[in-house]
Amino acid sequence: MTIREMQRALNAQFLYGEELADLDVQFVFSADMMSDVLAYGSKCSVLITGLCNPQVVRTAEMLDIVCIIFVRGKMPDDNMLALARSKSIAVLATEHYMFTACGILYENGLRGGA
Amino acid sequence: MSEQLTFTYTIDGNDFTRAGEASSSVKNKLKMLGVGSDAIRKVAIAMYEGEINMVIHADGGEITVSVSDNDITMVLADKGPGIPDISKAMQEGYSTAREEVRSLGFGAGMGLPNMKRFTDEMRIDTELGKGTTITMKVHL
Repeated sequence: MTIREMQRALNAQFLYGEELADLDVQFVFSADMMSDVLAYGSKCSVLITGLCNPQVVRTAEMLDIVCIIFVRGKMPDDNMLALARSKSIAVLATEHYMFTACGILYENGLRGGA
Repeated sequence: MSEQLTFTYTIDGNDFTRAGEASSSVKNKLKMLGVGSDAIRKVAIAMYEGEINMVIHADGGEITVSVSDNDITMVLADKGPGIPDISKAMQEGYSTAREEVRSLGFGAGMGLPNMKRFTDEMRIDTELGKGTTITMKVHL
């Protein structure tokens, strides 16, 4: 599934990274605890989270994650988006709750990577 | 690369939003040195957890990273409170972090276990009231 396809399936806003929209992704990790992402998400290229602070972007950077999806309508601030831009990490935001967002992506063929 | 390269960083204990900048810098440097991506990811995760710990528990500290032909060594030294019970601190899920730290996405009791999980060697030297030095190696 490409980032663009995820964005459409989740009815999400593209906050940064339209030029990355054609990147193909397979494995997703979802959590609000960044320590869990670091422990178990190292094979994933997409992070779904309801946590909204700069350490989300940092965590994604450490794991070479290419796309962060914020759920429950969480909106990253300009500093977070600037950090994501500097690391070439696409950022989406959806109103869906985490469970629903995960379910939609699973239905579309994406899998957990742990 | 025949000589050993060393990078040193001072970690600000008061600014959670900047925690991770040192790890990010090391990640970029290792990439430029042509280190393999698996080793880089291990170093990045372990050092980042350590850097976060320094900010959460120890009011900052100093990190030295050395790169040789055979391994990458990270030494994280702080003057924090020390770790009273290392075996407890190594248990997944055991945490002494404050609630506000948890709300920031850390303090789940995974920091030290993650550092061990992603490195080939790890040693903890700690003294109550004096500080903690953690030495980690990732083999190349």
